[in-house]
Amino acid sequence: MTETPAKAFTPPTRFAVPGRIPVADQTAALWQTATLTEIRRETPHAATFRLAVPGWTGHLPGQHLMLRLTAADGYAAQRHYSIASAPDDSGHIELTLDHVPDGEVSGWFHTVARPGDTVEVRGPLSGFFAWAGDRPALLLGAGSGVVPLMSMVRHHRARDLAVPLRMLVSARGPEELIYARELGTETTAVFTRSAPTGVPVGRMAAAHVAPLLAEQPPNGWEAYVCGSNGFAEHASRLLVEAGQPVERIRIERFG
Amino acid sequence: MNVTRGFTGRPRVDNPGLPPGQYDARDDWPVLSAEVTPDLAPADWSFRIDGLVERPHTWDWDAARALPGSSYEGDIHCVTGWSKFGVRFGGVSLDAFFHVVRPHGSATHAIAYSHTGYTANLPLADLVGGRAWIAWEYDGRPLAPEHGGPARLLVPHLYFWKSAKWIAGITLLDHDEPGFWERNGYHERGNPWEEQRYSGD
Repeated sequence: MTETPAKAFTPPTRFAVPGRIPVADQTAALWQTATLTEIRRETPHAATFRLAVPGWTGHLPGQHLMLRLTAADGYAAQRHYSIASAPDDSGHIELTLDHVPDGEVSGWFHTVARPGDTVEVRGPLSGFFAWAGDRPALLLGAGSGVVPLMSMVRHHRARDLAVPLRMLVSARGPEELIYARELGTETTAVFTRSAPTGVPVGRMAAAHVAPLLAEQPPNGWEAYVCGSNGFAEHASRLLVEAGQPVERIRIERFG
Repeated sequence: MNVTRGFTGRPRVDNPGLPPGQYDARDDWPVLSAEVTPDLAPADWSFRIDGLVERPHTWDWDAARALPGSSYEGDIHCVTGWSKFGVRFGGVSLDAFFHVVRPHGSATHAIAYSHTGYTANLPLADLVGGRAWIAWEYDGRPLAPEHGGPARLLVPHLYFWKSAKWIAGITLLDHDEPGFWERNGYHERGNPWEEQRYSGD
């Protein structure tokens, strides 16, 4: 359950920020060298980059890392990226990156990187948007917001966990749906611009969320929302309106 | 130095205002709150200072707005890497609030808390001397809810997670206690110029 430090200041407000998920307190302070071993195309705009990190101490699904690229003149660029892979991927982690227009880091990954290249990583980071596999999880993502949620889905499968897990993902169209081939019966996809024949086109709506909240597991759902700020605002509002307690909605907004 | 093959990066801009590891977000202002944006009307907003003070006090919206106005024009820096230059916030200096409550000499640290329950810890020294505000305007307009409106704490010389959105109060203590992100692995002070991002930096 959520950790409550023995002597933590509790503000006199209706506490609505979910607490910390206990994560190992190993320091994530060190930069480590990561070697690119494989590149997999996911959609026209997104690809998965597999990295060998021999010193990786493991992570919880949902956590992220900091990644740094350094130019010959010493100029460095660092970004935060969610980890896509499950924790049990010994010595390897995967990142799935959108090719951001004019993005100096994602641009390098999508146009220059090849197996054998090295980058630096630091992590895992944050004990907030993490899922230890110990509580029913309701996952809502859009676009590349599905990335940390997929780490949770993969973990759930790899460990054959009995705890309920449901995912609702939004993509512009079937060809833009990251991990489409991997999604199973736990997932419902919503398409906002174009959809396969017979599937309605439209934004994630109350009708998508209601059935998930109708099947309440014991002690309820822990909800995880990830995507752009616009999506996060919309999806978190849908959850609140459908009765999900506000203090059990964890949000990761991609800046 | 671990040079990345084929990485050149953006054109170099010699910007002395850019702390280490940061980039200029230009017109973007990313939102990174971890909780649901509260539906908080100015009439329902209040701000309290208590703890190690002589006269704990709560201000409602009108009382806070009646204090002498003060603005911040300058830069802000987010731990996720973006910085924004030349932003304009309007509000009231925290000094005006502290003048009313009179902190005890024993007060060394503060916990700022939001109407959502979010918390951030700060040394008291970072909140006084014209370096911190309660802000309700951005660029001359009311602060948007997703950016902390009706009012947020503004401590621009520290990483922006310290500038608690939907600010509800500040409690003064005689010791340091971690807040929300500090319990989640982030640095206790968060000085961008020292690149104090995570615990141990």
